[in-house]
Amino acid sequence: MTANGRFQAWPWHAGTALAALAVLAPILALVGQAGQGSGAHWGHLLQFVLPGVLAQTLGLLIGVGLLAAALGVGAAWLVTAYDFPGRRALSWALLLPLAVPTYIVAYAYLDILHPLGPVQEAVRALLGYSSPREFRLPDLRSLPGAIVLLAFVLYPYVYLTTRSMFASQAAHLMEAARLLGHGPWSAFLRVALPLARPAIAVGLCLVLLETLNDIGASEFLGVQTLTVAIYTTWVTRSDLAGAAQIALVSLALVTLLIAVERRGRRRLRYTGNRRAAPIRRHVLHGPAACLATLLGLAPVLIGFAAPAAYLLALVLERLGTGQGPSPALLRAVGQTLTVSALATLFALAIGLVVAWSRRILPRVHAWQGALPRLATLGYAVPGTVLAIGLLFPLMAIERGLSALRAATGMDPAGLVLLGTPAALALAYVIRFLTIPVGTLEAGLDRIPPSLDQAARLLGENVHGMLRRVHLPLLRPALAASALLIFVDAMKELPATLLLRPLNFDTLATWLYAEAARGTYEEGAIAALCIVVAGLLPVILLARLMDRPTA
Amino acid sequence: MSIRLRALPLVRRLSMLAAALPLMAGTAWAAEVNLYTTREPKLVEPLLEAFTQDTGVKVNTVFVKDGLLERVRAEGEQSPADLLMTVDIGNLLDLVDGGVTQPVDSAALKAAIPANLRGDDDQWFTLSLRDRVAYVAKDLDIQTFHYEDLADPRWKGKVCIRSGQHPYNTALIAALIAHDGAEAAEQWLRGVKANLARPATGGDRDVARDILGGICDVGIANAYYAGHMKNAAEGTDARRWGDAIRVIRPTFKNAPGTHVNISGAAVARHAPHRAEAVQLLEYLVTDKAQSLYARANYEYPVKKGVALDPTVESFGPLAIDPLPLTEIARNRKQASELVDRTGLNQ
Repeated sequence: MTANGRFQAWPWHAGTALAALAVLAPILALVGQAGQGSGAHWGHLLQFVLPGVLAQTLGLLIGVGLLAAALGVGAAWLVTAYDFPGRRALSWALLLPLAVPTYIVAYAYLDILHPLGPVQEAVRALLGYSSPREFRLPDLRSLPGAIVLLAFVLYPYVYLTTRSMFASQAAHLMEAARLLGHGPWSAFLRVALPLARPAIAVGLCLVLLETLNDIGASEFLGVQTLTVAIYTTWVTRSDLAGAAQIALVSLALVTLLIAVERRGRRRLRYTGNRRAAPIRRHVLHGPAACLATLLGLAPVLIGFAAPAAYLLALVLERLGTGQGPSPALLRAVGQTLTVSALATLFALAIGLVVAWSRRILPRVHAWQGALPRLATLGYAVPGTVLAIGLLFPLMAIERGLSALRAATGMDPAGLVLLGTPAALALAYVIRFLTIPVGTLEAGLDRIPPSLDQAARLLGENVHGMLRRVHLPLLRPALAASALLIFVDAMKELPATLLLRPLNFDTLATWLYAEAARGTYEEGAIAALCIVVAGLLPVILLARLMDRPTA
Repeated sequence: MSIRLRALPLVRRLSMLAAALPLMAGTAWAAEVNLYTTREPKLVEPLLEAFTQDTGVKVNTVFVKDGLLERVRAEGEQSPADLLMTVDIGNLLDLVDGGVTQPVDSAALKAAIPANLRGDDDQWFTLSLRDRVAYVAKDLDIQTFHYEDLADPRWKGKVCIRSGQHPYNTALIAALIAHDGAEAAEQWLRGVKANLARPATGGDRDVARDILGGICDVGIANAYYAGHMKNAAEGTDARRWGDAIRVIRPTFKNAPGTHVNISGAAVARHAPHRAEAVQLLEYLVTDKAQSLYARANYEYPVKKGVALDPTVESFGPLAIDPLPLTEIARNRKQASELVDRTGLNQ
């Protein structure tokens, strides 16, 4: 890069450094908290807690990871490489589980599969038993139950990232593999799958972090994860310092894993140098076509349709008795959409800065390459822990703002960030920044560097190059990450509970409040609202995905 | 292209909203009071509505599940919090020990709340009592129950309980430690674990539900959930669960009373509306409010002489375990560690 180029690039790098600082601030605050602890609880943890908790956490991660990867990659390949009845509808319907938070699915399935629920009732009627005391199916509240449930809700992260990779990359290489005598399966295993590895890694990473940091569903199903242990230490034993220590150890492990994965494909380049052609689909007929439809339908039914239909039935039942959504619930809908949209806009913009700065970075110093990595740490910490950490820098800013108001003769009282949804939006941005950074980096990686060189030769600077060359090519990736951030922000619960201002509810907190009272039935309306609000961006994204890339 | 055209007004609308956010927060009322609560606000909403109606003071609420202490402490002098409301004595004392409360010297509070149910430094006040009872299957022929019985091998595979780390359970275990000793409490936890019909998870209402579902026969839960369920509308799931169980008030083998936890409140140290906070606190122990606690939420009023809900009355007389609440709070860390040690949740 020329000296001139380096000069142009500095705003991007500065932006990245600022983003990294914002993400680091709560984590550094946690380090400060952890340092105030004695470490006396580690003996107890090592002897009585961690062996069981680590075994359950690993079991959960491995189980969910394998199943979600199989579902996501399998589904992506199915709708990309084959043609069968319902393929077009399935290609977007497979995204639908994204719209449902894991904790809602857990509640719904516990109802559906409970001895008192419709499934077991039907089984008992079929087998001639009259009471659940005589015959019951195994309880959902178990590690295997949690694995299956989380995998069927979280696989769309893998599906989404992998499908766009298959669609835009694999075509001509698959042709070549076929010409060289490989069958569809062999071509899939030897060409498409290795090619899709970065995409699978990005999706799987999101799945595993969601699983690790999940508190609602796994706790509800009786699985003791590391996150549950962090909670117990903090909430039950009032030991924030101890909890911060465990959270930081967990964060270190996660960071290490991500680094190992990245190192594993460090030397590999995944850019094609040809314009992507759509893959030629293998048309299925007869039983094979039927089977393909069923295979594609199963994840949608289990991960979305069954719990959504159940919620809908509950809501209809309530509406039948004349109880509609209250004005407060409608206000919660508006507040949810507003704060999620704000967070999406900011996270997308910042994510673009970070991803672009990495693209144009002259690789001189290792630490410069580390900055974009730092900016994505927020997802690797449980939501509440991040929120607690965020309290400290937020209050530092509040004190600064208050002093500023006092100096300018304004009323210094009150909280500007924590007193408004601003703190919430900021927390979402920090927490979910890894989504735009990850997807936009993956998207940029697919744009051959020769385009950059061509653009430079034609006189574009780094800003113009982004605007006129890369941004149009990034449209699908931008849409995908916008969707994921929006839906994730809307579903976010633990940080929202801690950082929201007075009289402010999102749909997730509303639902949580209903669940806290133990009135899940009344929460059904809020749950359905979350699902419906989540559906809109999913459908929008599906349409964008189907559009041929620019 | 069409998308971009549609997106522009949206962006503009959003930025207008963003500009309006600080205004939303600063809505001015003649008098208001800010309530931070770890209790789900809907549970106290009837009380707050009555308060606003009677006094004209508006109540703003935020329901903070975990981290109330951390939040108020971080907010420091800037904190808008006036009244802090929690369930569980441990959580309430954490606020006092964390230095985010202030004393209130009020004759009305002292008259209404027995001395052992408020801090002797006037920093915290009990507003309602919640007894932790046994739910047993309706057709089971047992009349008395000791908490210790839950570990009896007789109930192998028949016991349902929520997470051992939930404050309601750690408080009970803390009381058990005080009455029977730590070693006996540990043995008890091992016995309960051996008796579990399903993982120790879910909520208190799940105990009733799983009893109806044939998964278990006995369980430990708070009494007011039974009140809610037994009074739910005919035909609802909750009503069916509630009707499937009977409530027995257990006692300890070594103590004559039933374990009781509290819901309570304290005035925030930097309360900007201290007078209104005290006013609300005093309102919550009036006969009217206490009777609302009893009737709307099936809790036990802290004030003597306030009528109980008939359903709660039908559970029989409540003899409260005389163990001081502060001792329960002191033992709960050990209780939580015993839960880990015995692997109750695993």
